Amino acid sequence: MSAATVTLEVARYRPEREASPCFEAYEVPLRNDWTVLDALNHIKDTADGSLSFRWSCRMGVCGSCGMKVNGEPKLTCGTFLSDCLPGPIRVEPLDYFPVIRDLVVDITDFMKKLRKVKPWIIRKQEKPTSQGEYLQTPDQLDAYKPFSMCINCLLCYSACPIYGLEPSFIGPAALALAQRYNQDSRDEGSAERLGIVSEHDGIWQCTFVGECSKVCPKNVDPAGAIQQYKLTVAARWFRSLLLPKGAH
Amino acid sequence: MELLSCDVLVVGGGGAGLRAAIAAVEADPSQSVAVISKVYPMRSHTVSAEGGAAAVIKGADSLDDHAYDTISGGDWLSDQDAVEAFVREAPQEMVRVEHWGCPWSRDPDGHIAVRPFGGMKVERTWFAADKTGFHMLHALFQTSLKYEGIRRFDECFVTGLLVDDGRCQGVVAIEIATGKVLAIAAKAVILCTGGCGKVFPFTTNANIKNGDGMALAYRAGAPLKDMEFVQYHPTGLPFTGILITEAARSEGGWLLNKDGYRYLQDYDLGKPEHRPVLRSMELGPRDRLSQAFVKEQEKGRTFSGPYGDYVHLDVRHLGANVIDKKIPFVRELCLKYQNIDPVREMIPVRPVVHYMMGGISTDIHGATPLPGLYAAGEAACVSINGANRLGSNSLTELLVFGARAGRSAVAFAAGQKLPGPALGALAHDEEVRLHGTFRRSRGGERVATLRAEMQKATEESAGIYRSEGLLKKGAETLGKLQERFSHLSLEDQSYTFNTELTAAQELSFMLDVAEAIVHSALARRESRGSHQRTDYPARDDEKFLRHSLAFRSASGPPRIEYLPVTITRWPPGRRVYGKSA
Repeated sequence: MSAATVTLEVARYRPEREASPCFEAYEVPLRNDWTVLDALNHIKDTADGSLSFRWSCRMGVCGSCGMKVNGEPKLTCGTFLSDCLPGPIRVEPLDYFPVIRDLVVDITDFMKKLRKVKPWIIRKQEKPTSQGEYLQTPDQLDAYKPFSMCINCLLCYSACPIYGLEPSFIGPAALALAQRYNQDSRDEGSAERLGIVSEHDGIWQCTFVGECSKVCPKNVDPAGAIQQYKLTVAARWFRSLLLPKGAH
Repeated sequence: MELLSCDVLVVGGGGAGLRAAIAAVEADPSQSVAVISKVYPMRSHTVSAEGGAAAVIKGADSLDDHAYDTISGGDWLSDQDAVEAFVREAPQEMVRVEHWGCPWSRDPDGHIAVRPFGGMKVERTWFAADKTGFHMLHALFQTSLKYEGIRRFDECFVTGLLVDDGRCQGVVAIEIATGKVLAIAAKAVILCTGGCGKVFPFTTNANIKNGDGMALAYRAGAPLKDMEFVQYHPTGLPFTGILITEAARSEGGWLLNKDGYRYLQDYDLGKPEHRPVLRSMELGPRDRLSQAFVKEQEKGRTFSGPYGDYVHLDVRHLGANVIDKKIPFVRELCLKYQNIDPVREMIPVRPVVHYMMGGISTDIHGATPLPGLYAAGEAACVSINGANRLGSNSLTELLVFGARAGRSAVAFAAGQKLPGPALGALAHDEEVRLHGTFRRSRGGERVATLRAEMQKATEESAGIYRSEGLLKKGAETLGKLQERFSHLSLEDQSYTFNTELTAAQELSFMLDVAEAIVHSALARRESRGSHQRTDYPARDDEKFLRHSLAFRSASGPPRIEYLPVTITRWPPGRRVYGKSA
């Protein structure tokens, strides 16, 4: 084991103490198998118990530990120190969310938007469970599976310049989730969801920058979902021009 | 302090908690239901479950087979009435989650696909690739959003239960973002806070698994059942403890020692075949596989590495197609966290603390002995898991018993009045206690130090093999750590998102739970399932075909009592693996 170290410059904001965020530098051992999250825990356990950040599963599936590392939104549990060299490594809270404290952001806005897109199976008639499962072929499963992989880590919001300018924008993860249900063969709620997402703050604000898909740690491709959505809406609108009223 | 109220309060927003909340609101929409959790629900540890969830659905299978596998897997410590209810209700619960959108893997004709799993003699494990828990949790959480009747308190940390007039009537919690103390009165409370893997140093469990609910119930006078039964999963990645799912073996993976030898054949688990054989070799139960690792280690046939000894899990012969289709997360985790590609390289693995068979003692309806208090999921011990849980029973358990607890709690609540002013005084007492314990900066002891010493003591005394000498030493160390906890000081005295304060509270919960584990293990002078005593190597049905109950005492170690095991149709027998059982 080498005695090498690396410096972390960590954003601090303690609203009971300081009016605006600042940085504090900590030197941590540079170990090959350490992630940025391991380094933050090392700081909290040995140097400064007051440093605040969220984390839980440390295996890239709970979505808690999203932060900016050297300016890029990352899951810190999956970002190795050795990939961020030479340092100093700058660790900051995600962009575009209010900072509660240190590296912890307020995600209330996202939680509201998540619910707004009705992310659940909508059916005209529910089948009783006694009649067994809905059939769904592997191809039908594949049609929505990638959009179902979102862990709500919110890196995509932090990368989205539109969300930065227009906080009313529903945003990448919630729109991808809406599309996850629209594409699910068991769901009959796409028309209901379409009304919500084709409103002003829905899909039309997206200018297809594509940063959301680049930073997604689970390859969900929210930008692709939003494009699919736009095509669906445009096709409906176009059809409504060509066809007489009532014919669908 | 803010005073709030609801009819049914669920503590914990993971699989069991969300299932309980939905069951409660569906059973009686006139009652108000709330879910309080120290994290946002989709962060709950159910998210990390990988391999699958067992329920009888295929023609070749039967409820009795599922029951027998579960009971023999649990070394006959399971309550058989509970197991029978579990296997009977499992298929319907699983279909319900399918109707709620869970993306189960499918057969070509569109029906649910199943895979084999350890200790099961028929393939009955439903799976969503190898992110089953993730998909179940998100389906449950997203579905819960459609119920207007479910209120949520996200990122609120429950510190104590309010018990008045002999029944549980609510909780006190800290709103983490502001530090504000909340008193929430409730006619019934359901604890669904999951396990306590973090009492050990090396665990698959997330940072949030601190036995919160177990300690809350224990402190309120409810007993913890069968706490000596701690499951080591045989295949964790060294250093991180990240779980490599049992599905890697059920799809055909092999465990090899340093000589490239499938060593399980030396431990009464059958003979090696090229293709996986049910209830045999790598598809034996987890307790037996983890114990075999220790024996190999003693023979000097394991590898040694910087994070302890390990063996190899080899899936290379499955090929990239099967790996990417059936266990893609295994490949993702190995690439990302171990820097190896299992398509081309063998995976280093070692046994890792994974699951608590024990927990808050409940009956078959999820009720604890304390009126008004219910529990479900890993936090609870019904018990269906006995002395060793079979892989893929826990995800199903949280649905079946989450739903049962939700329905029972709502029925109980219907006959109760909201509590009176006495509760405000109790909540005030808890606020004073919190202030006295944590709002001080001089005492000298640090959270991280005490936590590390507790984890070391627990591993050294209550690991895979135990003995009286080791357990007594562990118990003594834990007693001293309890004393040192009273000298804890926190650097962080702020109110806004104070995670040092929540970590300190978690540490105090874990110390109580660790004591219950070690003292229950000390009292059980036999070997059964995951509890192996080198000084009492045989199972002793005459004395110990009983559940242990640990009661907290005002000072000193817990009081251990026993409860009979319910046997219905499967008299205690020998656990046979590797032959036709």
